[in-house]
Amino acid sequence: MEAKIGFRNTKSVIFKGIIVFFAFIMVVPLMIILLYIIKQGIFQVNWHFLTNVPAPVGEPGGGIVNALVGSFLMVLMAAVVAIPVGMAAGIYLSENPRTKLAYYSGLCVDILQGVPSIVVGIVVYFWIVKPLGTFSAISGSVALAIMMLPIVIRSTEQTLKLLPDSLKEAALSLGVPYHRVILKVIVPCGFAGILSGITLSIARVIGETAPLLFTAFGNPYLSTSITKPMESLPHLIFTYATSPYDDWHNLAWGASFILLMFVLILNIVTKVITRKWKVQL
Amino acid sequence: MESTIVKAENYNSYFGDNHVVKDVNISINKNEVIAVMGPSGCGKTTFLRGINRMHELIPNASSKGKILLDGENVYDMNAIYVRSKIGMVFQRPNPFPNLSIYENVVAGYLLNGIKISKADKDVIVEKSLTSAALWKEVKDSLHKKGTFLSGGQQQRLCIARAIAMQPELILFDEPTSALDPISTSSVEALFHELKANYTLIIVTHNMQQAARVSDRTAFFYMGELVEFDDTKQMFTNPADQRTQNYITGRFS
Repeated sequence: MEAKIGFRNTKSVIFKGIIVFFAFIMVVPLMIILLYIIKQGIFQVNWHFLTNVPAPVGEPGGGIVNALVGSFLMVLMAAVVAIPVGMAAGIYLSENPRTKLAYYSGLCVDILQGVPSIVVGIVVYFWIVKPLGTFSAISGSVALAIMMLPIVIRSTEQTLKLLPDSLKEAALSLGVPYHRVILKVIVPCGFAGILSGITLSIARVIGETAPLLFTAFGNPYLSTSITKPMESLPHLIFTYATSPYDDWHNLAWGASFILLMFVLILNIVTKVITRKWKVQL
Repeated sequence: MESTIVKAENYNSYFGDNHVVKDVNISINKNEVIAVMGPSGCGKTTFLRGINRMHELIPNASSKGKILLDGENVYDMNAIYVRSKIGMVFQRPNPFPNLSIYENVVAGYLLNGIKISKADKDVIVEKSLTSAALWKEVKDSLHKKGTFLSGGQQQRLCIARAIAMQPELILFDEPTSALDPISTSSVEALFHELKANYTLIIVTHNMQQAARVSDRTAFFYMGELVEFDDTKQMFTNPADQRTQNYITGRFS
């Protein structure tokens, strides 16, 4: 009997060891990628790099300001559309889970989440780029907004579903009308979760290249016009990394570093905010 | 002297086809403490939630008959108005976790967008918390979140929140069933104080509690109001066999 228990203990120890080992293995490639990009990119970044457009071939220097501004503007426009729409849909789904509309829109959200980003790009190309006759920042934003929507919807829905019904009843029993119950009680109580969904969706789309290939296209000059082609960080990385020039490769490494840092900071900020604003139920 | 505040006339509630409250007729006087007791699933909570029209918020739920509040049928009034006139305290304490203790007390005003001055708010908060026997314990931490309080304190905070709206009637849905004995006795003690200014209807499945706190008791069984009488009378000499069986523990 004793020997049997000893054997069981050994099995548990081995099992635990395996889990720890794989957890560690999983972190290794991530760390290698991070370190490599930092090593390649960090020395490219300086004030000149952040405030100038890329230099033509042969000229030294040059920067990525066009891509920084472009990415910022397009993600901002996408967020302005996707966040309110996504939150509204998420609220509906969590409030009326048993309706037909909820069933079908939930299904659509799942499918949308699985649509490859390049397909989103092509669809927006036929919807907006072709009719307008030109690549444009606004079409890029539409593509990014479509990518953001399912993440915002699901995170809003999941967060609000976890709030107890008693909270809603407390407000309703005070004679608070339904729309105020949602806006003043339910959404504020789930705000940390909704916000983390929003920042995650931003972190997700800021690095998307495929939906921008046929939409915003790219622009070697600084442009803030939303009806003209616009550069973005991932697209800049794509074009400059596939070019045959060493200078341009360095530019792409620098841009990769910036993009990586942005996503990293966004994730850390999300974690901090979520912890700080989380309501204790 | 005795004036009726709430009266149910042939009141029925349903969940879909399920007839949960059957033809209830009851008349409750001002400043009375009424206990509503009965076994689980007898319709007592559903009846209570019919009074302030919370019942209808559940999908498939419906009701028939009249509930008269000061002579006016609540089903002819705006539901939101009815709920602001009648306070309610739930089984589990449910203070708003995003609001401070102070804001929780005036939540009925804040959430409804009713503008009142800071001075008025201060008065309401102190008065309501004092009435709920919580002022002394929290007066130095009014701006902390309400969820940091103990269960019993949270429940008294919820009572203060209901009182702050100056309702005529407060409904309690098993208000102590999630509390420990000490918190329970603090809430029960409060019922005696509140009686002076409010009418209380307390749903409970704890018979001792009904006996301790109420003036009159209503006994529900299988959706029917079996007996409604003075609490003492009911516990010593019940008129109906079913009441007797319940009180003596022959079924639960």
